[in-house]
Amino acid sequence: MSKFKIILNGIVKENPTFVLLLGMCPTLGTTSSAINGLAMGLATMFVLMLSNLIISCLKNLIPDMVRIPSYIIIIASLVTMLQMLMQAYLPGIYTTLGLFIPLIVVNCIILGRAEAFAAKNSPLDSLCDGMGIGIGFSLALTLLGAVREILGTGVVFRSEDFGMSGITLQGENYGMLMFVLAPGAFLALGYLIALFNKFVIKK
Amino acid sequence: MDYVLNLFLIVITAIFVNNIVLAQFLGICPFLGVSKKIETASGMGLAVTAVLVVATLVTFIIQKYVLDVFGLGYLQTIVFILVIASLVQMIEIVLKHSMPSLYQALGVFLPLITTNCCILGVAILVIQKDYDLLQALIFSTSTAAGFWLAMVVFAGLREQMSLIETPKAMRGVPLALITAGLLAMAFMGFSGVDMGLRTFLGL
Amino acid sequence: MKKLQSSFTNMVIVMTVVAVVAGGVLAWVNKVTAPQIEKINAENLSKGIFAVMGSDNVQVSEAKEVGDYVFYLVADKTGKPVGTAVTTQAQGFGGTLEILVGFDLEGTILGYTILSSAETPGLGAKANTWFQKGQKGDIVGKNPGTCNFTVSKDGGEIDAITASTITSRAFLGAIKKAYDELYGDKKPLSEP
Repeated sequence: MSKFKIILNGIVKENPTFVLLLGMCPTLGTTSSAINGLAMGLATMFVLMLSNLIISCLKNLIPDMVRIPSYIIIIASLVTMLQMLMQAYLPGIYTTLGLFIPLIVVNCIILGRAEAFAAKNSPLDSLCDGMGIGIGFSLALTLLGAVREILGTGVVFRSEDFGMSGITLQGENYGMLMFVLAPGAFLALGYLIALFNKFVIKK
Repeated sequence: MDYVLNLFLIVITAIFVNNIVLAQFLGICPFLGVSKKIETASGMGLAVTAVLVVATLVTFIIQKYVLDVFGLGYLQTIVFILVIASLVQMIEIVLKHSMPSLYQALGVFLPLITTNCCILGVAILVIQKDYDLLQALIFSTSTAAGFWLAMVVFAGLREQMSLIETPKAMRGVPLALITAGLLAMAFMGFSGVDMGLRTFLGL
Repeated sequence: MKKLQSSFTNMVIVMTVVAVVAGGVLAWVNKVTAPQIEKINAENLSKGIFAVMGSDNVQVSEAKEVGDYVFYLVADKTGKPVGTAVTTQAQGFGGTLEILVGFDLEGTILGYTILSSAETPGLGAKANTWFQKGQKGDIVGKNPGTCNFTVSKDGGEIDAITASTITSRAFLGAIKKAYDELYGDKKPLSEP
């Protein structure tokens, strides 16, 4: 498989959110706006690419029986590093994403890709796979965040943390707050997956 | 007296107002994955309860008497996830040998629990909220109760839903998500109850 | 290269090496980032104090933690006390809002800012502008002790954020409680 194909595979055919249905907690929990979703996606991608790379490099050095615990340690250290770096250099978005940053550790996508891809393929391919899946995840989260933000507040790509005022699509008093709140996450994702099923996978 | 009332408030808030699944988006994977039948949903809920309470207590003690004492706060994520993973293994072994009947009921769910983010999430939340040991115990128990409640109600709804004809693209996860959205809306009816109670109890 | 066998020694060695390397790397990153994190927190606090006291020529003369509140006694450059900034928490919609509010010596609100909000972003952001000076729910210049400091729905003087009565109630309630702690019957700061 060419590197490009591996990346594309992660974005469409094995899209973690719409096809594999993995990592639902951050998907629902952080997508109250497009930028938050994007930030969460990129944070996950950072960990995913590095963990895939490291695990793929070490795959022959780690005995099978202690495979999972070793992977968990590697992933958890990467997440902690990310946590500290974000706290130091992106404090605003770190507070917004809150608990979901440490919880990247238990995101099934990361351990799943380590097992399914990185443990069997070359380091460079694994890096590409991490990138593809990471982009697929980020795109899905941004899309879901944008849908919720537009329906909920009438503005899109607004972010206090980055000082972005966003694109206003509706009047000032517009608001279906429900879409920014918890139920909206479930509803919007449900309909998005249904649309993806209908038009991309053609079920 | 205020302390006892506060505990009561923690219970109500954790079960209804800030339901771990429907308001905080933690533990979505089992919530969507094993909720097709009421019995399995209830089994999963109970297994999570057992692990959640034990894991919260152990991580709490480790945080207060090891990590805090030696200034190793930055190892929190890595230590917690390892503790949770090994606890799940231990609980599995203990159940297998001492309570085979219970093991048969819960055993299949146990390996899935390590990557259930509500365990790690609650362990970290307890530290963030600066609870004492009793509060941590009450908080984790009632959070687990909230998880069980959401699981069972949701499974009941899905059992009914499986009997009706739905469009192909909506079958499975999309419909489950939309059902969850409606359930989350119902639980939104509880929001504000905690504040009302706080005023009522004079806290 | 051949895969290492799952023998006991191999497993112990690999796990130990992985754990030690991970711990070492984390300790190093922690050492590098800790000063930066501290700097940012301190900067945010002083920026917040300037904002809520409505002046850049002030400094914190003393900080006191009482229960859920942190009181910062604020004085001007000459050391003359000008008021108090308090951090207080509001239980809003599915999360906590942490508010920094500044009072002058009589308890009139000089300004406020939202320090962190685990709240729904849309709402937290709204609360950050809604109650500012000249906005619809202006609370600056009001004294929670002398005016009816609740939302108009509850018979008070302040307009709630559109469609967010719960957040508004929590927000005002938190400020009122901070005021009561500071200027009410129990004055934690006047006691030694």
